[in-house]
Amino acid sequence: MLKIKKSDLNKLYAAIAERQTLYIPCNVSGKVNYAVWGEGADVDLSTLKTVRSAKEVFFPQCEDIVSFKKEGKNISVKSDHKESEDFVVFGVRACDCRSFDILDRVFLSDPVDTFYKTKREHGTVITLACNRPEESCFCFAFGIDNAEPEGDIAAYFAGDYLYWSPKTEKGLNLTKTLNSLLLTATDKDNDALEKEQNNIRQTNERLPFYGLDLSVWGADGLLEKFNSEKWKELSEACVGCGACTFVCPTCQCYDVRDFDKGNGVQRYRCWDSCMYKDFTMMAHGTPRPTQMQRFRQRFMHKLVYYPSNNEGIFSCVGCGRCVEKCPIHMNIVKVIKAFGGEKNE
Amino acid sequence: MQKVAEIAQKRAIQLLNQGAVNRVLGWKKGEFPYDETPAVFASADELKDFVYDSFSSPNLSKYLIEESRKEGKVLAFLKPCDTYSFNQLIKEHRVNRENVYIIGIECGGMIDVVTLKNRGAVGLTGADDDGENITAHTLYGDVKVRKEEVLLEKCQACKGKKHVIYDELIIVNPQDEKPRDRFAGVEAIEAMTPQERFDFWRAQLSKCIRCNACRNICPACSCLQCVFDNPKSGVASKASPDTFEEQLYHIIRAFHVAGRCTDCGECSRVCPQDIPLHLLNRKFIKDMSAFYGEYKAGEDSETRPPLVDFSKDDVEPCIISDKGGDR
Repeated sequence: MLKIKKSDLNKLYAAIAERQTLYIPCNVSGKVNYAVWGEGADVDLSTLKTVRSAKEVFFPQCEDIVSFKKEGKNISVKSDHKESEDFVVFGVRACDCRSFDILDRVFLSDPVDTFYKTKREHGTVITLACNRPEESCFCFAFGIDNAEPEGDIAAYFAGDYLYWSPKTEKGLNLTKTLNSLLLTATDKDNDALEKEQNNIRQTNERLPFYGLDLSVWGADGLLEKFNSEKWKELSEACVGCGACTFVCPTCQCYDVRDFDKGNGVQRYRCWDSCMYKDFTMMAHGTPRPTQMQRFRQRFMHKLVYYPSNNEGIFSCVGCGRCVEKCPIHMNIVKVIKAFGGEKNE
Repeated sequence: MQKVAEIAQKRAIQLLNQGAVNRVLGWKKGEFPYDETPAVFASADELKDFVYDSFSSPNLSKYLIEESRKEGKVLAFLKPCDTYSFNQLIKEHRVNRENVYIIGIECGGMIDVVTLKNRGAVGLTGADDDGENITAHTLYGDVKVRKEEVLLEKCQACKGKKHVIYDELIIVNPQDEKPRDRFAGVEAIEAMTPQERFDFWRAQLSKCIRCNACRNICPACSCLQCVFDNPKSGVASKASPDTFEEQLYHIIRAFHVAGRCTDCGECSRVCPQDIPLHLLNRKFIKDMSAFYGEYKAGEDSETRPPLVDFSKDDVEPCIISDKGGDR
């Protein structure tokens, strides 16, 4: 275990950024999102949840794929795929870190998404334990430990220090370049950290969603859930916006579109939302003409379809962003509970 | 407020039992004090979950576009500012007035959860409102703040406590009308240099994640098919490689609702990135009132809005000369 004084963190950021691009939660125009660190950046690691999740570093909201340009009678076609450079993403919470596994199962299975893959290969993930979990958190329901996050390096705040624990080869390599800044933690430090981690786990037990139970969900009972009368009531107030999908760390759907640049076309992909009317629009129209069907799709995907295709793993990590951001406050927790997903005390 | 909720609930049950209405549009209790969901209640039993307090911020008027077209009568609880939206929808022939029974419900201002959390109520699990102060219960202890300081933007700029349309009223604690300056924010931006203004809006609008929550919650955005949802329009409701588009998206939307926007403030309330969208709408409201005389969209359901009316006395505003340019 290594450590660095909180007051020296700017030196640490600068040392990382000297070699690689560093993405870190920053307050930009009043909201905290991942941004590229530079001198004077307003780093904010105390805000628990960035508005957009850390997935945007690997899977950006908008990404060029291929461009077409008209040159006389010819059309030139240029791939926009390029090998990623090494980069670091710092401050990833345990839930967001787990979301990368969920995205990997989609983007790295055949056919492999090369745009995503190169970023995953070149990105080093530094996670951060959650000192102050919030009321909307329920990562524990998915077996995630917010006191001991995964990642290439796990970091933890306790007392005056940030503690630093490399977990993978990538993490060790990055740590080597920062040796002059990182001190070795003492037994006393380890005790302090352990105490902080216990605090976090005790707080979890006081959280309102601690009793959330996913055992009624998963691959079984697909048709029974699909045909349930409950969707009508649950989806009644949904306004069909994409707020839940775009703040979600596991939503992975995208649209491929052409942008007319006048003298050519930019083909790009952008995040799509199953809540939108034109989602999976085909020549014959949309397969889900009502908002109830679109709403049902989102939750069935997270809690039934994805687990059926991925050994029972849910595609929700309990970050609770949707709980906070839905304009009408309908969310996955209400859906889970409506089908009996609560432990009886 | 609790008393208001009890009266409202009782009255709703009574009207349902009498057969005067078939269903009730209100707010449903959530997991926390702040996550109430608009809901349609069809029975006294369902109404057990009815709630009305300082977190009942969603404006229910837009739901009446659909609800008022269904068979039978729907009872809707509308706050003063929500009644402006409803009136405007009547004016635009988007709702069937005969199918709606409106109970105007008193409003002491709605709380902005984001502001409350920014004021220290992180881990919010409960809240008490005594009218003056909010005591927020959090995982990490209680936080007491003055209610006035944590009101939603739309309530900070409250249009007034008067319901402009209703069939009956539930007012237990008559609310004082406090003078509010709705246009201070607009004036601050008007006072900027063009470059400062451009930078301000670019910084704000570049936060946009194209979730369309502002559009979908907006009672004035009632088009059956939005131009941004039309694949043939050449623009999309999703992110584009040209940031110009998402910046323009909000400005186009503000133009489209100009003269129809009642300043209900839902756009700013629901924006996950806290973009101050209300400022765009208020700029139009302010300018229209300056050019064509005081006008409040939704104040009544009959008068012609300034942008679809014409008189020989209409001003011909020239932006360049107004800004001190030569021509």
